[in-house]
Amino acid sequence: MNSVTDSAPPRAANPPADAPQRMLHFHVLRHDPQDPVSIPHFDVFELEEAPGMTLFIALNVIREQLDPSLAFDFVCRAGICGSCGMVVNGRPGLACRTLTQDLPAEISLAPLPAFELIADLSVNTGKWMRGMSERLETWVHSLGQEVDLARLEARMDPELADRIYELDRCIECGCCVAACGTARMREDFMGAVGLNKIARFALDPRDHRNDEDFYELVGNDDGVFGCMTLLGCHDVCPKQLPLQTQIAFLRRKMVKAGL
Amino acid sequence: MKVVYTDVLVIGGGLAGLRVAIGARRRGHDAIVLSLVPPKRSHSAAAQGGMQASLANVTKGQGDNEDVHFEDTVKGSDWGADQQVVRMFVNTAPKAVRELAAWGVPWSRVRQGDRQVIINGEQVTITERAAAHGLVAQRDFGGTRKWRTCYVSDGTGHAMLFAVGDRAIAEGIPVHERTEALALIHDGKRCYGAIVRDLITGELTAYVARATAIATGGAGRVYRVTTNVVICEGIGAALALETGIVPLGNMEAVQFHPTGIIPAGILMTEGCRGDGGLLRDVNGHRFMPDYEPEKKELASRDVVSRRMEEHIRQGNGAKSRFGEHLWLDITLLGRKHIEHNLREVKEICQYFLGIDPADQWIPVRPAQHYTMGGVRTDHTGQTPTLRGLFAAGEAACWDMHGFNRLGGNSVAETVVAGMIVGEFIADFIESPEGELDIPTAVLRDALEAERGKLDVLLKGSGREQADTLKAEMQQTMTDNVGIFRTGADLQRAVDKLQELLVRSRNIGLRSRRDGPNPELVTAYRVQKMIKIALCVAQGALTRTESRGAHFREDFPRRNDAEWLQRTLATWNDPLATLPTLNYEALDVHRMELPPGWRGYGNKDYVDHPDTPQRAAAVAKLREAATDAGRHAVQAALMPYDHLLPASLRGRNERIDEKLPT
Repeated sequence: MNSVTDSAPPRAANPPADAPQRMLHFHVLRHDPQDPVSIPHFDVFELEEAPGMTLFIALNVIREQLDPSLAFDFVCRAGICGSCGMVVNGRPGLACRTLTQDLPAEISLAPLPAFELIADLSVNTGKWMRGMSERLETWVHSLGQEVDLARLEARMDPELADRIYELDRCIECGCCVAACGTARMREDFMGAVGLNKIARFALDPRDHRNDEDFYELVGNDDGVFGCMTLLGCHDVCPKQLPLQTQIAFLRRKMVKAGL
Repeated sequence: MKVVYTDVLVIGGGLAGLRVAIGARRRGHDAIVLSLVPPKRSHSAAAQGGMQASLANVTKGQGDNEDVHFEDTVKGSDWGADQQVVRMFVNTAPKAVRELAAWGVPWSRVRQGDRQVIINGEQVTITERAAAHGLVAQRDFGGTRKWRTCYVSDGTGHAMLFAVGDRAIAEGIPVHERTEALALIHDGKRCYGAIVRDLITGELTAYVARATAIATGGAGRVYRVTTNVVICEGIGAALALETGIVPLGNMEAVQFHPTGIIPAGILMTEGCRGDGGLLRDVNGHRFMPDYEPEKKELASRDVVSRRMEEHIRQGNGAKSRFGEHLWLDITLLGRKHIEHNLREVKEICQYFLGIDPADQWIPVRPAQHYTMGGVRTDHTGQTPTLRGLFAAGEAACWDMHGFNRLGGNSVAETVVAGMIVGEFIADFIESPEGELDIPTAVLRDALEAERGKLDVLLKGSGREQADTLKAEMQQTMTDNVGIFRTGADLQRAVDKLQELLVRSRNIGLRSRRDGPNPELVTAYRVQKMIKIALCVAQGALTRTESRGAHFREDFPRRNDAEWLQRTLATWNDPLATLPTLNYEALDVHRMELPPGWRGYGNKDYVDHPDTPQRAAAVAKLREAATDAGRHAVQAALMPYDHLLPASLRGRNERIDEKLPT
């Protein structure tokens, strides 16, 4: 397979074409909080499954053909922007990259809990994330000196850059917050998304905040000590971020800083 | 009437818009960013492979500098670009990478010593210098002579967007999420802001600003098959167009990326080929060297996409139920490389195709990818016809990409344009022109006009369905205004789009609530999108030559004698069904790099009558200044330094080009 010019014909990339298609039933939670007469309820939409169908495709077909008022959020439809977090058969995940072939014929869709509901499947994760960023100051704090942009950039160990990127891959989709026991009980809990960001900036030598500074931000019950280690966050993270390790690491660090 | 006042209103919360706002804020001005979605969900995040900047840190980038980046970009543009703007860009790009490094972007770094890479299908050992250890690394990309693309694994846009998004939060810049500008407020001479709809409540607000910037990205969604995210609908460009006096430049210049996956159109980064991936046909044959012996898979995107379609037409495509396609083979890069440097690619293959790209080939076909055209501005980002209106990034045409953009130059442009235009907006505000003097009646009229249009949709008796019109427009564009264009197809597209435009004036809604009403949003957007599609199709029909990504089968040659011109489309009459096209000539006598062969693609073109004379003059100037070094040569050919904001002028340091301390 590795010869440069010619190579054996490839294995099929797509599943077989002519399998009979199932009828799917989408049970979608409907509610418009701005409408005083709206009562939360499930609507059921029936749709014939198509090859390679994702929830992105299915919901758009439902909106085009069955109910033009159905509200939901997609942007990238490629699993990289974090817009389409929703609860699919009881589990938070990214709808755009969920294939219907991996689900039973009865599919329930609900908005992510813990966030303000806009309508139907659309929730205001952006507002929550901005609040979290302001509270935790999720940016590099560099003691105010301006960098001379004409000069060579500061060096960084290649390994360390990779480790920072590993934590920087968070897309703020909110699935970890929706899956978090503490976040459901404690409105101001910053969630795994927030704790992961603190771990990311603590790792970054460009950020001059020290452990005491971070303790001020997360050394309390709304921060790392609020976590009950149920670790739903770790299980549902669509980017497979090492949240379990980061929370444990941060807790140890913060205990030390707090002593 | 609800009114919000600010110094700078930025429409669009991607990299360009955020960086414009930060620039203005750092000069002491208030800025508000409007964004359809939380800004970190913008299309900027989809830029995977990297950002071009001539840092020359890696061994394969040694000898790179602004001059080489400039030439690559101008050749890539097929001489459609404004060369002074390209110069401003290439000189600022290294500064942008370094600024982002300081803001926390975890750029992949050079590791000294030997490493194995794949070049032209062969494993090669490269030795990185100790002097480069820990500096920002570069990878190879199409249409470049040096390895110049700085990257963060294959999540470059994501990492940049989060760093810049968080920097905007640090600067205290409000982002009004889930808001949409419906129209610009203006009096025919001066722009005063925009009428804005809250996408949650439906409420209209007049945002009044001393300067307004459009940074809404591209218009990929006028096509059915596109790599663009669902919010790239060209609405910002349409806002400018609907003023009736602001022209859109070169809207027919549309880029098709070689490797969108079948059928979803999701992008497989150019980094796949830059890192050594190959294109293969139904027989497993690597066909690009047959067409492009020099650059092979790494010719510019317009050339590779055309060669792929040509190869499919000759019967070499693999068949699938989603139509024919070719294969992208990255198996030869090895699992370790893929899981480390191409992990988003791996995830997308896994979730959307059910394959492992370390073992299996990826089914790909060219898909609409980038809008080279946009709101026509000068080098400061300001529109010449409506003072106080600026544009930056993919939404703009200032015009650094001409008729084809190089990979890695767009995400670079977002931040570079943001840096440059942000400074010029601050200059504008601080000048007498920046004062604002607007009667409230102008605001009220603008707001009531938009209210009226929405009411017609919400309460009227129209019978057309917005979704249907949109789908027909997208199909028309994909079928008739694609990679290979002919007069007959384009005329068919123009006719159909005109019909759709007329029908779009008679849309009726099934869902009549204001507030979060997706059908209403589709309705008012599709009215704008069809106008944008018409600018693309009509521009393409009228341009009887082939240049960059615009390829006419009936006019296959680039024709500098007649078409070294930038298309300017305006929409003079709201009831018209076609844009008015005018042309702006590019002056060969002011070009640093006179028109010639690109080094790949078609060698057959018609010269401009001024080209030989300018080429001789350039050769003479080069010879005279050559002893004084490359900066002196450049300054003799085409001075540009004075065009940059003062804070961004000056040379860039490299390992091999030290600046005096």
